[in-house]
Amino acid sequence: MADGSLRKIGRFCLIFCKQKKNRTEGGCVCTATKIGRRGSGGGRERGFSTTTATTEEKRSPQQQHSQGNDNKKSSNINLFTAINQALRIALETDPRAYVFGEDVSFGGVFRCTTGLADQFGKNRVFNTPLCEQGIVGFGIGLAAMGNRAIAEIQFADYIFPAFDQIVNEAAKFRYRSGNQFNCGGLTIRAPYGAVGHGGHYHSQSPEAFFCHVPGIKVVVPRSPQQAKGLLLSCIRDPNPVVFFEPKWLYRLAVEEVPENDYMLPLSQAEVIREGADITLVGWGAQLAIMEQACVDAEKDGISCELIDLKTLIPWDKDTVVASVRKTGRLLISHEAPITGGFGAEISASIVERCFLRLEAPVTRVCGLDTPFPLVFEPFYLPTKNKVLDAIKSTVNY
Amino acid sequence: MAFWLSKSRSISSLLGKRIGLLTILHERKNGSFLQSRRDGVFGYKNSPEFSIKSATFSATGRRFKSSKTGEQVELPSSDEDDDENHAVDFPGGRVAFTSRMNFTSESSGKRIPCFRVLDDNGYPIAGSIFEQVNKEVAVRMYSGMVTLQIMDTILYETQRQGRISFYLTSTGEEAINLASAAALSPDDVVLPQYREPGVLLWRGFTLQEFANQCFGNEADYGKGRQMPIHYGSQKHNYFTVSSPIATQLPQAAGVAYSLKMDKKNACVVTYMGDGGTSEGDFHAALNFAAVTEVPVIFICRNNGWAISTPITEQFRSDGVVVRGQAYGIRSIRVDGNDALAVYNSVRTARQTAINEQRPILIEALTYRVGHHSTSDDSTKYRALDEIEHWKTAQNPVARFRKWVQGNGWWTDENESEFRSNIRKQLMEAIQLAARKEKPPIANLFTDVYEENPPNLVEQERSLGETIKKHPQDYPSDVPL
Repeated sequence: MADGSLRKIGRFCLIFCKQKKNRTEGGCVCTATKIGRRGSGGGRERGFSTTTATTEEKRSPQQQHSQGNDNKKSSNINLFTAINQALRIALETDPRAYVFGEDVSFGGVFRCTTGLADQFGKNRVFNTPLCEQGIVGFGIGLAAMGNRAIAEIQFADYIFPAFDQIVNEAAKFRYRSGNQFNCGGLTIRAPYGAVGHGGHYHSQSPEAFFCHVPGIKVVVPRSPQQAKGLLLSCIRDPNPVVFFEPKWLYRLAVEEVPENDYMLPLSQAEVIREGADITLVGWGAQLAIMEQACVDAEKDGISCELIDLKTLIPWDKDTVVASVRKTGRLLISHEAPITGGFGAEISASIVERCFLRLEAPVTRVCGLDTPFPLVFEPFYLPTKNKVLDAIKSTVNY
Repeated sequence: MAFWLSKSRSISSLLGKRIGLLTILHERKNGSFLQSRRDGVFGYKNSPEFSIKSATFSATGRRFKSSKTGEQVELPSSDEDDDENHAVDFPGGRVAFTSRMNFTSESSGKRIPCFRVLDDNGYPIAGSIFEQVNKEVAVRMYSGMVTLQIMDTILYETQRQGRISFYLTSTGEEAINLASAAALSPDDVVLPQYREPGVLLWRGFTLQEFANQCFGNEADYGKGRQMPIHYGSQKHNYFTVSSPIATQLPQAAGVAYSLKMDKKNACVVTYMGDGGTSEGDFHAALNFAAVTEVPVIFICRNNGWAISTPITEQFRSDGVVVRGQAYGIRSIRVDGNDALAVYNSVRTARQTAINEQRPILIEALTYRVGHHSTSDDSTKYRALDEIEHWKTAQNPVARFRKWVQGNGWWTDENESEFRSNIRKQLMEAIQLAARKEKPPIANLFTDVYEENPPNLVEQERSLGETIKKHPQDYPSDVPL
């Protein structure tokens, strides 16, 4: 009971704060927007540069999945609108697709499902009771009948009541039945990560818990264009997927996103910045911080290679290995606490594969081993200068 | 202000009317409290409503003595407190006000009765209205119950001989198994707990298929990945059993939603035990099913025991049936050892679920005559004579046999012939299942994902090398 009302309070706070932010920043949600946080030194500049992602699209047109629309048509949209477009396309292209979760009918607390209930009706886009294990359990059953069940968990912080359904049910559904049954049509979307004022329960990055579970995929997009293409891939993937959306970027990140139906490959990392001296690996919102560190490091003559892992399990080891073999150094950065974070898995794997090529110890710049704090958020986070310092000390090891 | 005035007037008037009762009620309160603790979950001898009222009066009484409510006490009061004129359209509907502070009782004071149509001796109870089962269905139900009994006896022994790793019987719950299955159509989707193999048996899963699963051989549909009794069969619309309790329940709501969207003339049937109703998934499932208005039947086999935990330590409600109403779900309590009552309840539930697109909750009262599983010895926590009573006097198979035989549809000769025939078939099935090879090692890696990802390809290769190097470390009956 108490938990439910707390959540509601939190939810309203966030909506209020978002509106306030829009007012103070004139509603501007372009990628260049800076959120001043204790000066520029420890500041976090949010949102990913549009150019990188767009170039990638031009580089790999074969990855695009056309539905006969005008491929060239695109528009400048933010991340929640990109998610909205992906959901709309998923519902349009598959009559067996359903979108449901807490408050999705009116558009969702982050507006990702805006207009969907009106367009597709309340049978296909609907509110559920406030019960995460119910949402995921219901989704598994729906998916097991050959539907695309797209479930929303309002915040990744609240996914834990559904942990049993994800770990013991969704992940093992195909395996335990000898492939007689599967719930591959299930996609669980959940906003994750820091947002500047979320405190303990609106900020966490729980991806590592799910990376320990064979049978599911874990995907995190870094930008609007990535979010749309990856989400469509997740929805159409024949395996259950947990899709974590960087909530700080919902409004902040804006980029040119093709309006057509396209998919980006899962389990395929991407080098989003080429460099020679050190490899940086990250995912989601943290990549923007890491890129700023790369830019600053370059001023000091350090050439950084930045990799977006995109899919955390099963992850693209080969791309990271190839990069580390070239640079001889590796830095991993994520918002989640450092101990037991997915960075540890990447670090161990790369040491196994590239031991003789490493010029310095693998470095991790991550969240602290504390609950996610409110007032102390700027201290907790793996900020640009923390990353920059780690780049320098690794290169000068 | 007006609110307080009317409230104080009304309470005062009640005080005036019932003050004489106060002392008596107050005294009774203490006694009944003690009694309710002693009586445990089924102690309804006390009057909880009275206790609450008396407590209320004693708390508020003092306040009015010092306030000027003396004249108000004299005002006429009405027993009809629920005044439609003083109602408000709250979210969720119009609610009338009452000036009586009346906590709802924790129980209705009387246990919900249990629907049965056959008495202990298998005779139809006079005046009971139920749908007759024809000879063919009745004999099939009965022979299914006997088959389940034999399967349980022999496979239990097979485990005891160390030939299979685990087993779990349905002894005592044969009627729920077979009668609920008989009341369904093959298109109805079943999401089992794990004590419902009789449903699969009814649907045509063969003794050989049961044995193959228990031996985890190459013919096991589950490819040797799960413990014995974790059956599943796509062709029989029977989802694969998983060990966690109650996880199947919210899934059943999702499956039912799919049937609803596809406008199928079918429903979902999902089973749980009494212990399962304490899981959060039970709550999630009933609430989701009610809100989404889906055709699903929740069948709770309330067999009194969750391993060693008796229902008195499981919940304080009148069993499970009363939970339905709180979720807005039509519910029935049925004698789980009366096959005809179970059949009729499930049949009607099915019609309602499909025709009205709504969930139904059935609580079938029964008794787990066997141990929880082969890993359990229930004599450590319950009395032997209790088990014996349910095994003999309340035996559901014996009761149904009396009715079937009473109709002249079954004879003692049929019985012995059928039993020896099934025993023979099962022994052969077990021999064959034991002789079959285990599933090849590749099945360790497949089906985790639809396609093996690189890490699994690598691990399979690496394991292959290790096996070559240390073949003595690995079972020789698993083909490489």
